[in-house]
Amino acid sequence: MSSVLRPRRSRTLTAVMALYLLYTLIPLAWLLISATKTQPDLLSTPGLSFGGVFALFDNIGQTFTYNNGIFLRWLGNTLLYVVVGAGGATVLATAAGYGLAKYRFRGRQAVFAVVLGAIAVPGTALAVPTFLLFSRLGLTDTPLAVIIPSLISPFGLYLIWVYATDAIPDEMMEAARIDGAGEIRIFLAVTLRQLAPGIVTVALFAVVATWNNYFLPLIMLSDPNWYPLTVGLNQWNAQAIGAAAQPVYNLVITGSVLTIVPLVIAFLFLQRFWQSGLTAGSVKQ
Amino acid sequence: MALFRRHRAIAALALAAALATACGSPAQDTAKATGTQDSVDAALKAGGSITYWTWTPSAKAQVAAFEQEYPNVKVNLVNAGTGKDQYTKLQNAIKAGSGGPDVAQIEYQALPQFALPGSLVDLNQYGFGTFQKDYTASTWTSVTVNNALFGLPQDSGPMALFYNKEDFDKYGIAVPKTWDEYLDAAKKLHAADPTKFITSDIGDPGFTTSMIWQAGGHPFSTDGRNVKINLDDAGAQKWTKVWDQLVQGKLLSTVKGWSDDWYRALGDGSIATLVTGAWMPGVFKSSVTAGSGKWAVAPMPTYDGQPVSAENGGSTQSVLKQSSNPALAAAFVRWLNHGNGVKPFIASGGFPSTTADLNSPAFLDATDPYFGGQQVNKVLTAASGAVAKGWSYLPYQLYANSVYGDTVGKSYLNGTDIGSGLKAWQATLVDYGNQQGFTVSAG
Repeated sequence: MSSVLRPRRSRTLTAVMALYLLYTLIPLAWLLISATKTQPDLLSTPGLSFGGVFALFDNIGQTFTYNNGIFLRWLGNTLLYVVVGAGGATVLATAAGYGLAKYRFRGRQAVFAVVLGAIAVPGTALAVPTFLLFSRLGLTDTPLAVIIPSLISPFGLYLIWVYATDAIPDEMMEAARIDGAGEIRIFLAVTLRQLAPGIVTVALFAVVATWNNYFLPLIMLSDPNWYPLTVGLNQWNAQAIGAAAQPVYNLVITGSVLTIVPLVIAFLFLQRFWQSGLTAGSVKQ
Repeated sequence: MALFRRHRAIAALALAAALATACGSPAQDTAKATGTQDSVDAALKAGGSITYWTWTPSAKAQVAAFEQEYPNVKVNLVNAGTGKDQYTKLQNAIKAGSGGPDVAQIEYQALPQFALPGSLVDLNQYGFGTFQKDYTASTWTSVTVNNALFGLPQDSGPMALFYNKEDFDKYGIAVPKTWDEYLDAAKKLHAADPTKFITSDIGDPGFTTSMIWQAGGHPFSTDGRNVKINLDDAGAQKWTKVWDQLVQGKLLSTVKGWSDDWYRALGDGSIATLVTGAWMPGVFKSSVTAGSGKWAVAPMPTYDGQPVSAENGGSTQSVLKQSSNPALAAAFVRWLNHGNGVKPFIASGGFPSTTADLNSPAFLDATDPYFGGQQVNKVLTAASGAVAKGWSYLPYQLYANSVYGDTVGKSYLNGTDIGSGLKAWQATLVDYGNQQGFTVSAG
C-alpha cells in the first residue's frame, strides 16, 4: 500500500532515473579516465578504458607548467572574474530585488517589465554590441570588459524579488520601523538573514554562469594573459587543427577536470542552502 | 568536444555579423603605389614596439631571434587564437577602429576578406614588390589581391599524397598515380580489411576548394565589387565525378579531421592516405608518433597522370592599416619571411614559400627517419612547382566555409551527389554576397 509517507515504487521511474544517471555520469567518467592518460595513449586506447600508464599526476604537472604555466594565470583570472563579477552581481541583484519587492514607488511596473524583458535576451546576442560599446570606452582587452557585463544579472534580481516578496513579511519591517531602525539597517540587520537562501541560490547561479562564461571573454579579450579557463582551454583545443598543429588533448582534458573541481566543491558546500532556496514559497503559511 | 564546436558556430555567426558592416565600406583604391625600402630601413633603425598576432609555434623562436638582431625593437607576441578565433578578434578590432595588432598571421584563404575592405597595408609602397622572384608562383599569387601586395608568404601547402606504406605493402596495392587508380586502391583496401579506409572526409571546405583547384577549376573570381561564382565548372565536375564514387561507395572513413579519433586512425593504419599540404610532415612527427616508419610521400594523384598540384593551407603575415608604425611592422614582416626569420621557421618543421630555401641541397637531400629515410622534400618541392595557376578565393571565404556544412556537408551526410551540394552552396554564397554589397553573378 502506498501513502504520502511511503510512496509506491515505480519501476519505470527508477529505470528512467537510472538511465538519466548514466547519461550524466558517463561523460564525467570519460573525462576522469581520460585525464589519467598520456597524449599517445589517449590516441591509441578506447575512451572508457585506462591507458598503459597512470599519468594523471604527470598530466596535472604538465597542465600547470605548459606555456610557462599560463594555466595558473587563467585559473587566477577566472577566480577574479567570479569573485568580483559574480560577487558583485549577487550584491546588486539582492539589493535591487529587495527594493523592488518591498517598496512601492513610481515606475516600479516599468522596471519590472524591463527586467523580465532582459531575461529573455540571451547574453550572446548582446556580445557584439557590447564589444563595440566597450571598444569606444577603451575597455576591450582589459579585465573590466569581462567583469562589468557579469555584474548584471536580471534573472538573479527577479529571483530575489520573488523570494523577498514571500520570505519577508511586511509586518516584520513595520515592527523594525517602530523600534526605530532606518531602512538601511532594516535591510542589513533584519531582512538579509531572511534572504540568505535566496542569495545563495543567486550566488550559485552567478558563479556558475561566470565560471563557464565563454563567448563574452572570447570576444572581449585578445591577450591570452587575461583569458579565463574556458577560453584558454579552447585555445589549447584549437591548436590541434591545421598546419603546424600541436594537439595537447591530454592537457585540454586534464585542464577541464581541474576546471570543474572548484564548481563541484562549491555545489557540495552550498547544497543545503540551494535546496531550501529552490523550495521557497512552495507551501502556503 | 561538441561544446567547443557549438561555440565556434556562434563565433562564426558573430564574425558574419561584424562583417556585415565591415564589407560595406568601399574597396580600397588599388592604384599601384610603389615605393622603396628606405622608409622601412629608417623605421628599423629608429626602433619602437609592435604587436604581432600569430598562432604559429615557430613565432617564439623567431621573435627572440629578431629582438636579438634588433635590440631597439620590441615585438609583443600574442596568440589571439587559431584561425577563425583570431579572425573574429581581428575583424572586431578593425570594426572598432583600434585594438588590433600591427602584424597578423592570415591564411591565404582569408586574405581577400581582410584585404578588399582596405584593412591591410599594400606593401608595394615599401618596394616589397621586387621580392616576387624569390617566392613560389602560387604563394605570391595568394598574397596579391587586385595588384596590391597584402603580405609576404610564410608557409605554403602544395599538396601531395601521404600514404601508409605498411597498409599498401600488406595488401599489395600500388601507389596511385591517377585518381582512377586511387579509386581502385580505395576499393581494394576496404575489401581486404573493412576496418580500413583510403582516407577520411566528411566534407571540409578547405579540402573541397583545393581539390577543385587541382582539377583546374576556377569557381571564384573577383574584380572590384564584382564577384563570379561557378561551383559547377569543368574542374568541379571532374573532382565530384571521382569523389562521388568514394562517398556513395562508402569508401571513406567518417572520422572527423583533426579530432582525437583522427590522430588515432593515422597512427594505427585505419586511414591509409591523406591528400594534404606539405606542412603535414611536421604534424605527423609531433603528433602521430605511432605512425613513425609507416608513412611515405608521393605526388598527388592526377586526372591524366601529368603532375599537377594545388595549395592547401598556408599563411602570410600582413600589416594592418590600423598600425601606428606600419613601416616598422613591414620591416618585421620582411625579416620574418624574406630574411633571417625563415631559418628558425624551417628548423621548427615549417614548409617555406621561398624558392631558394625550397631548392637548397640541404633541404632537398634531407632524409627523414619518420618517413623511412625518404627524401620527402624532393616530392614536396616538386609539388610546389606544379601548382595549377589562376586560383583565387572568395572575398568572403570565411563565411563561405562556415555555411559549407549546411550545403555540401549534407551531400556527404546523405550520400547524395556532391554537385548538388555545391550548387546549394553557390546559391547561398550568391545571396550572401549580394546582401554584402557585392555584385555577384553565378555561372
